[in-house]
Amino acid sequence: MPLHVGEKAFKSRVEKGLGNEFMRGAVRSAQGRLQDSRSHAAEELGDWEEWRNLGQEIRQHTMENLDFYLQQLSEKVAERGGHVYFAETADDANHYISEVIEKKKARKIAKSKSMVTEEIALNDILEEQGCNVVETDLGEYILQIDDHDPPSHIVAPALHKNKEQIRDVFKEKLGYLHTEKPEELTLFAREQLRKEFLSAEVGITGCNFAVAESGTCALVTNEGNARMVSTLPKTQITVMGMERIVPTWEELDVLVSLLTRAAVGQKLTSYVTALTGPKEESEGDGPEEFHLVVVDNGRSKILGTEFQEALHCIRCAACINVCPVYRHIGGHAYGSIYPGPIGAVLTPLLAGYEDYKELPYASSLCGACTEVCPVKIPLHEYLIDHRRNIVEKENKSNLSEKLAMQGFHKLAGSAGLFNIATKMAPFLVTPFVRDGTISKGPGPLKAWTGARELPLPQKERFRDWFKHRTKGGQHIAKRGD
Amino acid sequence: MQRGEIKNREAFLDKVAGQLGRNRRKDNVIRPKWKHQVQWKVLADLTENELVDVLEKQCEVIHTDFIRTTEKELDAKILQVLQAYGVKTALTSDDSRFSSFGLTNKYQDWKNSSDIDVFKWDIESPGQSRHLAEQADAGITFSDITLAESGTVVLFSSDGKGRSVSLLPSTYIAIIPKSSLVPRMSQAAREIHHQIESGGRISSCINFISGPSNSADIEMNLVVGVHGPIKAAYILVEDR
Repeated sequence: MPLHVGEKAFKSRVEKGLGNEFMRGAVRSAQGRLQDSRSHAAEELGDWEEWRNLGQEIRQHTMENLDFYLQQLSEKVAERGGHVYFAETADDANHYISEVIEKKKARKIAKSKSMVTEEIALNDILEEQGCNVVETDLGEYILQIDDHDPPSHIVAPALHKNKEQIRDVFKEKLGYLHTEKPEELTLFAREQLRKEFLSAEVGITGCNFAVAESGTCALVTNEGNARMVSTLPKTQITVMGMERIVPTWEELDVLVSLLTRAAVGQKLTSYVTALTGPKEESEGDGPEEFHLVVVDNGRSKILGTEFQEALHCIRCAACINVCPVYRHIGGHAYGSIYPGPIGAVLTPLLAGYEDYKELPYASSLCGACTEVCPVKIPLHEYLIDHRRNIVEKENKSNLSEKLAMQGFHKLAGSAGLFNIATKMAPFLVTPFVRDGTISKGPGPLKAWTGARELPLPQKERFRDWFKHRTKGGQHIAKRGD
Repeated sequence: MQRGEIKNREAFLDKVAGQLGRNRRKDNVIRPKWKHQVQWKVLADLTENELVDVLEKQCEVIHTDFIRTTEKELDAKILQVLQAYGVKTALTSDDSRFSSFGLTNKYQDWKNSSDIDVFKWDIESPGQSRHLAEQADAGITFSDITLAESGTVVLFSSDGKGRSVSLLPSTYIAIIPKSSLVPRMSQAAREIHHQIESGGRISSCINFISGPSNSADIEMNLVVGVHGPIKAAYILVEDR
């Protein structure tokens, strides 16, 4: 599954989201719970703002010295007998991984959750190669069984599905015979996947944070699937976005502490698994061969720009969980595996404005995202920057907006024209007035009045009022009529 | 161990440096002293006994049974837990603390009184050890470092301490020497950092385990017990 998901047109994705009653209910309740747990956890920890400042400070330093830390990381992994491949593009990464698997003549691959492998569409390549790739995170397993339904949230990928739908998918595809109780569904998945873990030849994991000083990859999970994938198969391949790195274990502590609280309100997840190279020769379990694939795929071009802090993201989804727009349109409407505010910032940076010019507008700019971000990424300010770029540099605003702006430019550029137009406005709209407001506007007003009503232009213009205003505010009172 | 291969690094990192508008930094990057040091304030002033209370309380949150005991009664408490969970076969890691805490010579009694078989991770036959881990009802390990705040046991893998012992059986039991208790992850991370700085070789797998596995992937309902253990118990032993 590549970065892009769902239909091509933003509008039809949004309409689909708005029309999906169950999904919207599920998102509302999930957002409520996740917000509560996050704020409870932050409050319980205390000094949350200090923690956020520390997180930001660490991420800034790391990003400014990214080449140094990636070099150190690769040296340390190699010292411990692991192989490191630096992949500039998605194709490079897929090609390398596919070659490793080919050499092993492996057919069964167990994967634990990894957004970057979704981004580079690794599964498609491996399946073409004849491999059986099993997603083992419960949410992703459900989506995979359901004919590769795309994820709609970066922490809870199957958020848009209800338990009855999941029961039916298990029944149809796997012969499941029990009820829709989450406990029974989960137990069934445990039994199915246990066999897969035991027979997989290669395990593929993501990487929450790599630790440069020791060549360690840390996985932050709850289900235990990432531990299975890094304990049982003989070969392990870990794929990381190049920015997912910390200098030392001391910073690992801080960022993990921020991540688990911001994501799900936990003090720590059930498992934080820190893996350094392959197993020692004398150890009885763990992979004999370890590969680390460091992926750029468009990230480096964000470095050194106004958007550099977007690379500070630790994928906690706190911004998604508070976003009022996500609440209504759901994850699929963003058309990207990265939804919500961070998706609206990151997706156009990774994949260009051409296909994603609408995303920066899928925001009310309320700033809730910026406020909860554990590493203080200025998310809503970035959305404004994107809008500016789209209009100024890329000239990609839509046609009616362009025409309207051109028209306004002409009007406002000429004192005489502006004068006439503003005087005429109350009369020009008269045919469209119903009950004192405009509910079906013509031309450029249509998009606005399709969803809400437009107030009438004042009979007295601001300029006239300003000219005739009297001291003491008498005239001002009249204006409210 | 043979050194691994590194591929495509130079061009990749040159590009990163270029984007940052400077030459490559290959050395001389010094990690700054962070302006904010807030992590060291958490639970900082608590006594050891207060940390035990924090741990006990957190165990409720993470669905983990918590038992306090003394060195003298440790074996009896472990037996009680095994019986309560209906365990018939248990696998322990190969850790000298099992004998120094006087447990290894109790296994025969457990077999006689309660028909419980206890096996040890066998360095000599890893295949059989893994198989035992799949079959056993419970895995038992000692905690190497214990984090009070999050209810976490930290396990350093080694020849005798296989990763599977705390992972494959459906019940996991951690024995926590009171002396292994620290406030939070910061202290454990610093210890590992110092080990690296002084040229030490860290374990290939360091697990931070906080209770049984769980998931909320179906309608955000918490289900305890997914791929890892379904039940977990911590037995805290006064060791000084």
